[in-house]
Amino acid sequence: MSETVPMTLAEARDALKAKKISSTELTSAFVRAQEQSRSLNAFVTETPDRALAMAKASDARLARGERKPLEGLPLAIKDLFCTKGVKTTAGSNILGNFVPPYESTVTQNLWNAGAVMLGKTNMDEFALGASNETSASGPVFNPWRAKNSNANLVPGGSSGGSAASVAGDLCLAATGTDTGGSIRQPAAVTGTVGLKPTYGRCSRFGIVAFASSLDQAGPMTKTVRDAAILLGQMASVDPRDSTSVDIAVPDYEKQLEGGIRGLKVGIPKEYRIDGMPADIGKLWETGADWLKAQGAEIVEVSLPHTKYALPTYYIVAPAEASSNLARYDGVRFGHRASNARDITDLYEKSRAEGFGAEVQRRILIGTYVLSAGYYDAYYARAQKLRTLIKRDFDKAFERCDVLLTPATPGPAFGVGEKTDDPVSMYLNDVFTVTVNLAGLPGLSVPAGLTDNGLPLGLQLIGKAFDEGTVLRTGLALEEAAQFRHKPANWWRAA
Amino acid sequence: MSAPQNNNQSNNPSKFIKGETGDWEIVIGMEVHAQVLSKSKLFSGASTEFGAEPNAQVSFIDAGMPGMLPVINGKCVEQAVRTGLGLKAKINLWSIFDRKNYFYPDLPQGYQISQYKNPIVGEGEVTIDLKDGESRLVGIERLHLEQDAGKSLHDQHPDSSYVDLNRSGIALMEIVTKPDMRSSDEAAAFLRKLRAIVRYLGTCDGNMDEGSMRADVNVSVRKPGGPLGTRCEIKNVNSMRFIAQAVEYEARRQVEILENGGTIRQETRLFDSRQGETRSMRSKEEAHDYRYFPDPDLLPLELDAGWVAEIEKSLPELPDEKKSRFMAMGLSAYDASVLVAERDLADYYEELAKGVDAKAAANWLNNEILGRLNRDGLSILQAPVSAAANNAIVAMIADKTISGKIAKDLLDIVWSEGGDPRAVVDKRGLRQVTDTGAIDAAIERVIAANPDKVEDVKAKPKLAAWFVGQVMKETGGKASPTVVNAALKQRLNLPD
Repeated sequence: MSETVPMTLAEARDALKAKKISSTELTSAFVRAQEQSRSLNAFVTETPDRALAMAKASDARLARGERKPLEGLPLAIKDLFCTKGVKTTAGSNILGNFVPPYESTVTQNLWNAGAVMLGKTNMDEFALGASNETSASGPVFNPWRAKNSNANLVPGGSSGGSAASVAGDLCLAATGTDTGGSIRQPAAVTGTVGLKPTYGRCSRFGIVAFASSLDQAGPMTKTVRDAAILLGQMASVDPRDSTSVDIAVPDYEKQLEGGIRGLKVGIPKEYRIDGMPADIGKLWETGADWLKAQGAEIVEVSLPHTKYALPTYYIVAPAEASSNLARYDGVRFGHRASNARDITDLYEKSRAEGFGAEVQRRILIGTYVLSAGYYDAYYARAQKLRTLIKRDFDKAFERCDVLLTPATPGPAFGVGEKTDDPVSMYLNDVFTVTVNLAGLPGLSVPAGLTDNGLPLGLQLIGKAFDEGTVLRTGLALEEAAQFRHKPANWWRAA
Repeated sequence: MSAPQNNNQSNNPSKFIKGETGDWEIVIGMEVHAQVLSKSKLFSGASTEFGAEPNAQVSFIDAGMPGMLPVINGKCVEQAVRTGLGLKAKINLWSIFDRKNYFYPDLPQGYQISQYKNPIVGEGEVTIDLKDGESRLVGIERLHLEQDAGKSLHDQHPDSSYVDLNRSGIALMEIVTKPDMRSSDEAAAFLRKLRAIVRYLGTCDGNMDEGSMRADVNVSVRKPGGPLGTRCEIKNVNSMRFIAQAVEYEARRQVEILENGGTIRQETRLFDSRQGETRSMRSKEEAHDYRYFPDPDLLPLELDAGWVAEIEKSLPELPDEKKSRFMAMGLSAYDASVLVAERDLADYYEELAKGVDAKAAANWLNNEILGRLNRDGLSILQAPVSAAANNAIVAMIADKTISGKIAKDLLDIVWSEGGDPRAVVDKRGLRQVTDTGAIDAAIERVIAANPDKVEDVKAKPKLAAWFVGQVMKETGGKASPTVVNAALKQRLNLPD
């Protein structure tokens, strides 16, 4: 094996099937790649022993002629997924050395499908961030750098570690979670594919909660096909998650077939925001042309409440987060402050020491918007707006099958560039939060490079539980874009 | 029986507190926490059994572990609906679970899942039975489902507290009344009645000692018919007796403040059962801001009207209906309400009263059986003599096979030795003597032995009773007292 494993999930699957390679060989190569790529800080926890043991078990099954859908395929898991017996930090100090005695439904589904776990990926603390800089384990570096520059760029967030590990070929594919764009935004700025499924498609059981009504797990991959393959195994109907929806999981890979002739693609005019970089606007138009060239019909649609999406999101998400993060109080698990005078002091010290600045900021916002006297002005109004935003999409989908938008307002930015300006950081999610508020599936597909060589993505938004159409359109986009760019391998240690 | 009246209005002045400035009326509302009878908790599969080792019945969900999600227990929903129907309340087919946010060591999630603006059960009513046989209506404001918290243990270690999460997540029904009660007696009567209803329904065991039923009591005072006064909430009053004490103490405290020109501060108070007084816990200003919002982990609870109708059909006969039926059988309102207070007692009574006079059966149960059970510290279910055996005894009194006095002896015999009462009567020759020949002979013997008394009785007819006693003694108690009376009157020429 060479040092890098630039294989896609589908290619590795086929190579294993054809016995051209064993899972142990494949896994060993990724374990080496992990070791040599620590400068990216993509992993919080590497699990090489576990990975090799799982690979060995897969090889044994393959030798017996048994082959599960993801048999022997090494994956990286965002550290928000609880993994039994493996430290799970959610990117926070407050969880300390928390080792869950249970497994999340999504990861259990993956192991049941024969996949191999390489480790847990770095992320913004409790998934609150868009640059992976709020992590207690430090920032992740984007494998991509601008032309003629040695400046470190962020990989986006919150699933920054997963995005970097996919982009840097440290795994075949990874899991992410997306509350306001945390899969699609990092995918877009690392030249990878990220899919946020319909709310309720993947179980939230065992995923550390950020904003329960918005959180959704999804695949982060090198190709659209890989996203279809991985989603098919992550998704399930789960009686342990009351918001899991009882709709059978289709064969997404099969749904890639058939092309997009006659498909109606909506272009929401409100997504042409002020100050949008020219290359983003141009890429968006190019994307529409590519789809049109393959037989799709382009229609302009309106999502009039788009401008309220970010403010709505920054009320709903912090409100839920402030409540979800109350359990980290130093009493039962995780970090506990020493020398507390009494119980209130214990809470205050443990939480002040354990939570980073961004988490504290969101807890304060969330507590404020739910407070007596402010609830109606903020939370209740945000819920009404959420309903209107959903209605916008329902109306738009009366006229089209899928929507095409930019994925992000710009390419990867420099480490430290926006850390002092939370509002500018929050603006990264401007094209993605609407999708979470409406509970719809959204896919980010790499579509081109900026003038100075950084990847940009386009986003496809579908009807609820119509991941099939989204993926099929994504494949059309991918084929037209012919995005074959890879970051220069500057990070690998000798 | 007249229909019970809702007592929003001032009522019985005998219940007023006599103050220096005149009468004061007590206004009481209640919030009762009733633990739902179910094998597992409201949102987890952990057991609810009482008395386990600390933290032996705690799931990852109950412990608030990261990534854990609540899933509603259908049995608890059914129990809440059943209770709502038993309270003649509106069942809301659409309700919402909310998070009530606050920090406490025995609250692992940092919030309690409860129902705030849209509870599962709306307005209903409970008829309360008072000592004078009168009935009144108490309005129910709502019933909602919520999680119980764990328990902090402060007495295990000199400078640490321990937490037991066995109770954490157990389903509670919070039942809120309207401010419709006007005395400590009415408050206690309400709780007694509510307890009877949930026990009939099998939705709560009503066990106050184990904390299965706890009441917070809101008390205010006002001039009769005047506007409502400021209320104080008395927390966790955990026995019927304490409720009466707490209300009495609190109402008098408030009257004293008002009559001295003071004002009542809205606050939460704690009842100290040892001192028999209430003490301030926290004022309205110190109250938590719970930041309620709909729990995003749970979908709105939607019930099917047909399912609710099925539950309604399966409801047992409830205390009020049973009481009406018992009264129609001939019992007084008081007797009927005593008998229906416990389903086991009512069931026992019904079997005891089969085919005999209802009133006679009730008297027999109240005077003879309950007295003996009380003496022996037994419950009705532990009664050593079955309802059927007692039915036989009452029937034998009625058909004059035995006298009332012999019947009591007979009960004592079967109480301690067991046996079929009819067989015991036969075997021991306890059958009542109605043969006038034998009775006449006994009368003659008594007259012959007491000639002086025969003279006296003519002047003092009350001495007749003495003669009856002597004749009964002569016949070993088996003579029919009625026959003896009549025969003596004739023989001694006494007036009727």
